[in-house]
Amino acid sequence: MAQVPLTVPPEVKQKMREALGLGAPVHIQYLKWLNQFFIVEPQFLIDWMTRNSFLFGWLPDTQLGMVYDAELQKLVPQQRNISWQTRSPIMDIVIQRIPQTLWVVGLAYLVGILIALPIGIYSAYRHYSIFDQTGTFITMVGFSIPPFFTGPLLIVIFSVTLGWLPSIYDTTHVVNDWASFKYQLSQMILPVMVLALQTTAQISRYMRASVLDNLSQDYVRTARAKGLKEGVVVMVHVLRNSMIPVITVIALGIPSIFGGAIITENVFGVNGIGQLLITALFANDIPMVMTITFIFAIMIVAFNLIADVLYGVLDPRIRYD
Amino acid sequence: MTDTSTHKDEMNPYAALQDDEPPKAPRNQWLDVWDQFKKHKGAVFGGGFLMFITLAVLLGPYIWNVDPQKLDIRNKDVRPIWTAIWDSSAKILWHRPFGTDNLGRDILANMIAGGRASMAVGWTAMLLSLSIGTAIGVAAGYFKRLDGFLMRMTDLFLSLPILPLLLVAVTLFRQPLRANFGPEGGMFILIVVVVGLTSWMQTARIVRGEILALKEREFILAARSIGTSSGAIIRRHLLPNVVSPIMVSATLGLAVAIITESALSFLGVGFPSDFPTWGKMLADAVPRMEQYPERVLLPGIAISLTVLGVNYLGDGLRDALDPRIRGR
Repeated sequence: MAQVPLTVPPEVKQKMREALGLGAPVHIQYLKWLNQFFIVEPQFLIDWMTRNSFLFGWLPDTQLGMVYDAELQKLVPQQRNISWQTRSPIMDIVIQRIPQTLWVVGLAYLVGILIALPIGIYSAYRHYSIFDQTGTFITMVGFSIPPFFTGPLLIVIFSVTLGWLPSIYDTTHVVNDWASFKYQLSQMILPVMVLALQTTAQISRYMRASVLDNLSQDYVRTARAKGLKEGVVVMVHVLRNSMIPVITVIALGIPSIFGGAIITENVFGVNGIGQLLITALFANDIPMVMTITFIFAIMIVAFNLIADVLYGVLDPRIRYD
Repeated sequence: MTDTSTHKDEMNPYAALQDDEPPKAPRNQWLDVWDQFKKHKGAVFGGGFLMFITLAVLLGPYIWNVDPQKLDIRNKDVRPIWTAIWDSSAKILWHRPFGTDNLGRDILANMIAGGRASMAVGWTAMLLSLSIGTAIGVAAGYFKRLDGFLMRMTDLFLSLPILPLLLVAVTLFRQPLRANFGPEGGMFILIVVVVGLTSWMQTARIVRGEILALKEREFILAARSIGTSSGAIIRRHLLPNVVSPIMVSATLGLAVAIITESALSFLGVGFPSDFPTWGKMLADAVPRMEQYPERVLLPGIAISLTVLGVNYLGDGLRDALDPRIRGR
């Protein structure tokens, strides 16, 4: 409605509003939105998956999102949630953007976890050693330096001064041979580094605390008294027990993969979901903002549930009555 | 010989009972806490740095009374004075120690003004989140009927991602708040309220746990048996005993608030564009950081060191306030 010319008289404008359903009561509008979000859009998602995706592309095209139009005598797509900026269906844009976010932010999360776990275990095992002290200091630094400072700092060091890595993530880059794969790898290093520093700082602190808790337990002494090797005691007995709280922390952090990297995506020009959200906010694109935030909400609830269930599965001492 | 020695022993029968030094005055609990706190080097550094920054932004404008907004276009892009050490041809001015930006505004004055904004947001948001967290934690721990509801609400708030929420809140509420409280005041209220409302959950959880344990102790039973009202029990017996966990979570809250405010300013949705904050100075400097890296480094280091100092302070306080660790 914002783009209706000023020459349109007010009573015509009012009629346009009513035709768009803006005069309907709030609960009707809400039910219509629910229908749109939970019934119509998933049908298009299934369509897309059976047509284009790698995993389910072999299935026959479902055409769930299409309705038969009697006038035109053919199948036409149903009415969809339209972005005010691009005038195209929101879900299609979201599906375009998700791979970038998953690649960069997801990989960073994975790298962060893989670095954090050994650091956490070793610094708890050698409590108060030099390694532990340095590790604690580095995690503290990783905790404290915000990504909008580490990002530019790394760009100045590695792109400007040394010239080793590109400073902007090129999303249109296609990987088809070894050289382009190397380029893809090099442009991913900086954003992954920035994000992984934060993940590492957080998870290694949890891991260290958890291993420290477990190392002083009675079963560790029993295991040592049985004559088990130190490696077996730490890497099997202690590790399995101390992973329980850490895994829930990891599961709780997964929704932030999809939403939390707004700043990093902005600094490096990765056009993922976070960048989509912020451009939509600047453009006052309310339908887009609503859809993205609602997707975040679903993710957060789902992963909270998964974390709770995992906790019960991994630790038989915990029972939900 | 033997005679004298036995004689000597008999001379001071109370020697073993006497102190080697004059008796000390009884020690205050907070003196012990201070002693333990001093052992944590990082915490002393952190506390000192936080005090330095707070004093600098409070008293700085009186000592360095240059208007941060004043444009001096003839003296734009002046480098900081230490650039002259390695680059003698650099443009420096002795009355602009940190240099000027691309419009000729004094960077030192901007740093002080920006620090004021960051610190004000940080302290206010922290106090707000502490009072909400403590109130909810005490209510949930003390009144059994409220416990389930309040803790489910805490879980709900814990699952809110703060940055997307803030961005949406800024878009929705910026106009009405600006109309009522002016551009700076409205933004300040918005940031403080949203950061405060989304970071009280840890405090509430910790306080509730402590209150649940304290509630079953004998001194509470004694207080109740002489007819003390619930309000008086909470005020006089429970709250003084949960001060230490509250102080620790206060430091974390301060760090989170400072980072969030800077992130918002960096993304350009925070304070209005002529109002200097550290995050905004950093964001403005990023496009030209190849020529003038110091304009990125100065605010960035200020944010990082402040947050690092606050985090270390929290670590040290946690150790110092824990009686099991104290004295080791």
